Amino acid sequence: MSKAADGPTPLERFIGGILPENPTYRQILGMCPTLAVTNTMEGAMTMAGAVAFVLVCANVMISLIRPLLKPHLRILVFTLTIAAFVTIADRLLAAFMYDMSKQLGPYIPLIIVNCIIIARCEICAARQGPWTALNDALGQSLGFALGLASIASIREILGFGTWFGKWLGWRVIPELPAAQWSNWVIMVLPPGAFLTLGLLMGAVNWAQHRRAARRPA
Amino acid sequence: MMKAIQQAWLVIVLSLVFGAALAGVQLTLQPRIEANKLADALNQIPQLVPGATQGAAAEVAGRRVFRALDDAGKLVGWVVPAAGQGFADKLELLVGVNADASAITGLYVLDQKETPGLGDNITRAEWRAQFAGKSLAQPLQTVKTAPAAAQDIQAVTGATISSWSVVGIVNEQLARFRKELRHE
Repeated sequence: MSKAADGPTPLERFIGGILPENPTYRQILGMCPTLAVTNTMEGAMTMAGAVAFVLVCANVMISLIRPLLKPHLRILVFTLTIAAFVTIADRLLAAFMYDMSKQLGPYIPLIIVNCIIIARCEICAARQGPWTALNDALGQSLGFALGLASIASIREILGFGTWFGKWLGWRVIPELPAAQWSNWVIMVLPPGAFLTLGLLMGAVNWAQHRRAARRPA
Repeated sequence: MMKAIQQAWLVIVLSLVFGAALAGVQLTLQPRIEANKLADALNQIPQLVPGATQGAAAEVAGRRVFRALDDAGKLVGWVVPAAGQGFADKLELLVGVNADASAITGLYVLDQKETPGLGDNITRAEWRAQFAGKSLAQPLQTVKTAPAAAQDIQAVTGATISSWSVVGIVNEQLARFRKELRHE
């Protein structure tokens, strides 16, 4: 990544978040929701949406007030800002997506301690302008959504046989007699999250190494 | 003092601004959230009181409850919203009781923010099923082993306080509701 005088450009920030610095697979941040709410696509995408809302709002807000930040109080200001937007997201979900809000339960308030957001405030928003911060937030949010979607797709398809089952009712694996196919209950349960994340992360690292080997520096 | 304010004014101003914004959001969305909870509660009534097919909001001595009615509109039980402190945050429960409020017929957790994976197991149907059929003549008790006495509720493993809170809320609120119902 090229270093301009005032850090990466908005476009570099945006692209960076999606794959090169993917929050799930490259930064390994936000592991709590990654493991906890990825047994259905609905839950994972609602979480990704809520995180995107908070990340965009917090990043832009911090970027706007960055000249006023005192170095030793900045983390306090980040946390305060993030907590305010998380509470708004939580109330919005309870009002407009009540079932999802009940299903995700405390994981929505727990976005406050999601390290992706505080990391972006520190790395980007506290140093660069609002346009860059907005692009950074959108890129990271997309990267996070991709990370969650990759895990949730595998878990929901193997665990329930559906994809977006609750919203769209799509069945990927047709309902078959138990002798031919039965849903992998373990994929729905917490161990499925660890197995899927571990295997996918291994695959991403393997692909990375192959690419690096093919292109000698 | 001046130095402290110089250092902290941004935090103070932001706290006030965010506090006001959150109060505004809460005021705007509260009616919708309450309506969602009401619809959820009405949906649960057939599962909470056997024989009930519909519910109607009612008031007993100033307490908002639901009359559980069968197809013919006959009273078969009550559903009593009961809230209290859980382990992490406020717990909101719905307790189904029979028509004379002498026994519990079902329990439902309307809102909770207990520890994921431990405390939130109180929402599991298998655990809640323990409450159905319990008499309200005596308070319920939380036990950590397999229930021996009629009034025993086995606590969720790893969530003693959450279980104990649910039992405490049921005991306290239902005792009060029984008294109110007798005076009606």
